[in-house]
Amino acid sequence: MYKYDEYDQQMVDTRVAEFRDQVRRRLAGELTEDQFKPLRLQNGLYLQLHAYMLRVAVPYGTMNSAQMKVLGDIADKYDRGYGHFTTRTNIQYNWIKLEDTPDALADLAKVEMHAIQTSGNCIRNISSDQYAGASADEVVDPRPYAELLRQWSSFHPEFLVLPRKFKIAVIASEIDRAAMRLHDIGINLVRNEAGEVGAEFYVGGGMGRTPFVAKKIKDFVPIDQMVTYAEACVRVYNRYGRRDNKYKARIKILVHELGLEAYSKEVDAEFAHLLTQPIEPPLAELERIQAMFVDPAFETGLSDDLDLSDPDFRLWVERNTFAHKAPGYVIANVSLKPIGGIPGDATSDQIRLMAELAKDYSFDELRVTHAQNIVFPHVKKSDLYALWQKLEKADLSTPNLDTVGDIIACPGLDYCSLANARSIPVAQKISERFGSAERQAEIGELKLKISGCINACGHHHAGHIGILGVDKKGKENYQLLLGGSEGADTSLAKITGPGFDEDGVVDATEKAIDVYLANKQGDERFLDTYRRIGMAPFKEAIYG
Amino acid sequence: MVDVQFRFRDDEAVNDPAVTVSAFTEQSNATAVRIEPSDDARDLLPSLDRLALVEVAFPAWTDGRGYSSARILREAGYTGELRATGDLVIDMLHHMRRCGFDAFAPEKPLNTSDAEAAFARWENVYQATVVDGRAPIWAKRHPA
Repeated sequence: MYKYDEYDQQMVDTRVAEFRDQVRRRLAGELTEDQFKPLRLQNGLYLQLHAYMLRVAVPYGTMNSAQMKVLGDIADKYDRGYGHFTTRTNIQYNWIKLEDTPDALADLAKVEMHAIQTSGNCIRNISSDQYAGASADEVVDPRPYAELLRQWSSFHPEFLVLPRKFKIAVIASEIDRAAMRLHDIGINLVRNEAGEVGAEFYVGGGMGRTPFVAKKIKDFVPIDQMVTYAEACVRVYNRYGRRDNKYKARIKILVHELGLEAYSKEVDAEFAHLLTQPIEPPLAELERIQAMFVDPAFETGLSDDLDLSDPDFRLWVERNTFAHKAPGYVIANVSLKPIGGIPGDATSDQIRLMAELAKDYSFDELRVTHAQNIVFPHVKKSDLYALWQKLEKADLSTPNLDTVGDIIACPGLDYCSLANARSIPVAQKISERFGSAERQAEIGELKLKISGCINACGHHHAGHIGILGVDKKGKENYQLLLGGSEGADTSLAKITGPGFDEDGVVDATEKAIDVYLANKQGDERFLDTYRRIGMAPFKEAIYG
Repeated sequence: MVDVQFRFRDDEAVNDPAVTVSAFTEQSNATAVRIEPSDDARDLLPSLDRLALVEVAFPAWTDGRGYSSARILREAGYTGELRATGDLVIDMLHHMRRCGFDAFAPEKPLNTSDAEAAFARWENVYQATVVDGRAPIWAKRHPA
């Protein structure tokens, strides 16, 4: 894992001091709310419906136990005893007091954490593959490259007030677990024929009210030019991205309106120029970072056997674990989606327990996933049963990863000032409707995603089943979408037809699932069946 | 014209009236030009040597195009005064310096001590921008 040196620590400490000064000026009335807003947003501080919300960055989703423990402590000290893990692999607190935020940030800085650029029209926290460094299918561990980009994008003097927010994901596997192609820039690390690592660049992906799948702009940027190429992409966007309408300001609209070819030509010209400028850190810097991401000391000669005689344990193993690259180890997922629960929420006690378990069972490491779950990346198979038992006692052993119960949902109208409808109650009702293990097993993999407004924070465009909350003449109304995906086969979901009320959309979801079960062939997932038979049979069942 | 509140140059202040970019490219004797957010700073590159002052307008500080304009001019070798004007905020002053601005004419004067603290706030920086000549953190980690 990455460890701060004196410079990184100084940068974060300086930011805390700067933010403390900004809060002082705000509370003294030297800054108006209008002036303060863009500044606080660069520090992840939103003003929500009921209170301030603080979003804390978890760079590329990786944390150690000490960091996770502090996240739990902050929930107790400054909030109401829980936190909410987000689709950007961050955590947010919903009941923060403005005057407390400098102290909360100071607590975070002590464990090398911060809220820098978790909001605002700047380059946001960089996300990555939650199985990085643990799964066998990766070309390289993507996190050192993400860390290189984290440093480049932090306080970048030219890119702090872009036309709109800017999200980057870095992966290194053909199996895309990070929704890479739904980012403003997606980077897939690949090897060329000579065996050298380079960056395949995608641009212009995103959800929101006008979703686009990112287009590939470069097959192979040499790794010692990756930062410079990213700088060229962002500079062209900063200069030409629309600023007249915030709903048309994302890079996806620029790429769409200019066309990939014209945008790419501008980037190439900028790139050629920037290569003459001292933008790129030396490879020695990447190597310095990589040295901190070496494999933990895996034991060798371990058995791959697991005692699955406990049926509940067996179910959890089948559903929530993933093959590890080291023999005798496994990747274990903790679902933060208990039946009827609030997706992504965890109590301070649960957060601290997961911190403790990571120390005892996963080489001190945890990951946050874009599906709002937690991962123990390196668990010895012989420890797995003990780990599961401890999770079970804390209501953290729900065996529903990637099933209909593993819902992504935004905070919705329960918290968010932008929302048109509540997301959480819909998620809870669906979770309960399909709560039985048998029903979930019958349905299999089904990614269901709910957003409470067209900003699409709940990724409804990328759901096998997506639900979008809208406001219809002052009433909450829910549209149903089918056929989205955020993986290597990224696609955008299509709307079925007229919307429903809260219970109606739960019923419609069930009807769609019944169509799938009736038409399923072989091992087909919901998405496969939908792609084969098309929208018509679903529409007929839902509206017929 | 608003007054320059902060200036980081030793030469004499330039007070020539700044013309628009389109006027500048048409008339050959102007020595000062004003860039609006939608102007293309690259239009000035053929005639940088006769410019003594470039004003970059910030009608709103949240429109960041002026940062790219500034860097583009400095990267092309412009050494004259680069003045930010308009809606300037204390918290961005340091970053503006890094992009190459060396004079600041805010439409409302800024609190001097807060501004001076902001200019001096960041002892180290992550990025190399050729324009401010500061060694980034990665260069300090790997001295040549």
